[in-house]
Amino acid sequence: MTAIPHLGFIVAAYAATVLVVGGATAAVLIDRWALRRALDRLEARGAGRGTEPRR
Amino acid sequence: MYVLANPATFMRLSGRLLPWLVALSLATLAAGLALAFTSPPDYQQGETVKIMFVHVPAAWIASLAYVAMTASALGTLVWRHPLAEAAQKAVVPLGAAFSLLCLITGSLWGKPMWGTYWVWDARLTSMLVLFITYLGLMALWHTIEEPGRAARAASVLTLVGAVNLPIVKFSVDWWNTLHQGSIFRLTGSTVDRSILLPLLVMAAAFTLVFATLHVAGIRNEILRRRLRRLMLAAAADREPTARLVVRDALPVEGSVS
Repeated sequence: MTAIPHLGFIVAAYAATVLVVGGATAAVLIDRWALRRALDRLEARGAGRGTEPRR
Repeated sequence: MYVLANPATFMRLSGRLLPWLVALSLATLAAGLALAFTSPPDYQQGETVKIMFVHVPAAWIASLAYVAMTASALGTLVWRHPLAEAAQKAVVPLGAAFSLLCLITGSLWGKPMWGTYWVWDARLTSMLVLFITYLGLMALWHTIEEPGRAARAASVLTLVGAVNLPIVKFSVDWWNTLHQGSIFRLTGSTVDRSILLPLLVMAAAFTLVFATLHVAGIRNEILRRRLRRLMLAAAADREPTARLVVRDALPVEGSVS
């Protein structure tokens, strides 16, 4: 089996892609989760009932 | 068009669109990766050409994000539309992420091919300036608390920073750079079909991933504004003298609901 030249650089580039794109996706999902939690808590206290657009 | 840009309508339509976008993004990404890993090595770059399948799409999205941000900045300044503000704010971290990815993967390709991770080449430097501009815009959005004012300030900075976009694109033509010239020209591509196909599919996949994250980000911004409005209203209920301040502080947000 022949070793692929510069394999480390190729693996590092794809690992960086997974990290950056995965990180951006996780950031959007975590942000949404936190916002929905805060909104649900506020709405449970009766704030803005029936006056806001549906999510 | 204006009806479609209503935040409530956007939330409804994007809620239906988002699962399809996610599925299409994942399918295109899987196809792109399969093509990328089965493509033959380049006659000069060897297997290192595989880095190009993530580097070129990342560079494309870094610029596309700025174009989207500039269009939103115009929407903010000319029409003061709350959805344009949300779109503008949501695209900034994505642009920063993809320009960072472009810089990292470019460096990882440069070391085995050029013998160095970095040179102060016109293309590399203008991409670094683009990344720093995104960071500056992120800082600006977080510095000004009132969303309408933050959006107007960020719009001005975005439009000023847009001067860098043609520099990024044409730097390889205007200056004698180490970075190779554009592979896409009006007369066609200079790349062999076996490498061009995975490259185009990966570019399509990155575009879909970007669109998905942007739509999800805009939805988050609309929710954030709603949360802020409810919190201010709740504070005003507790302290009636604050009501006037709350109303005056949200001239733009009022049209979201």
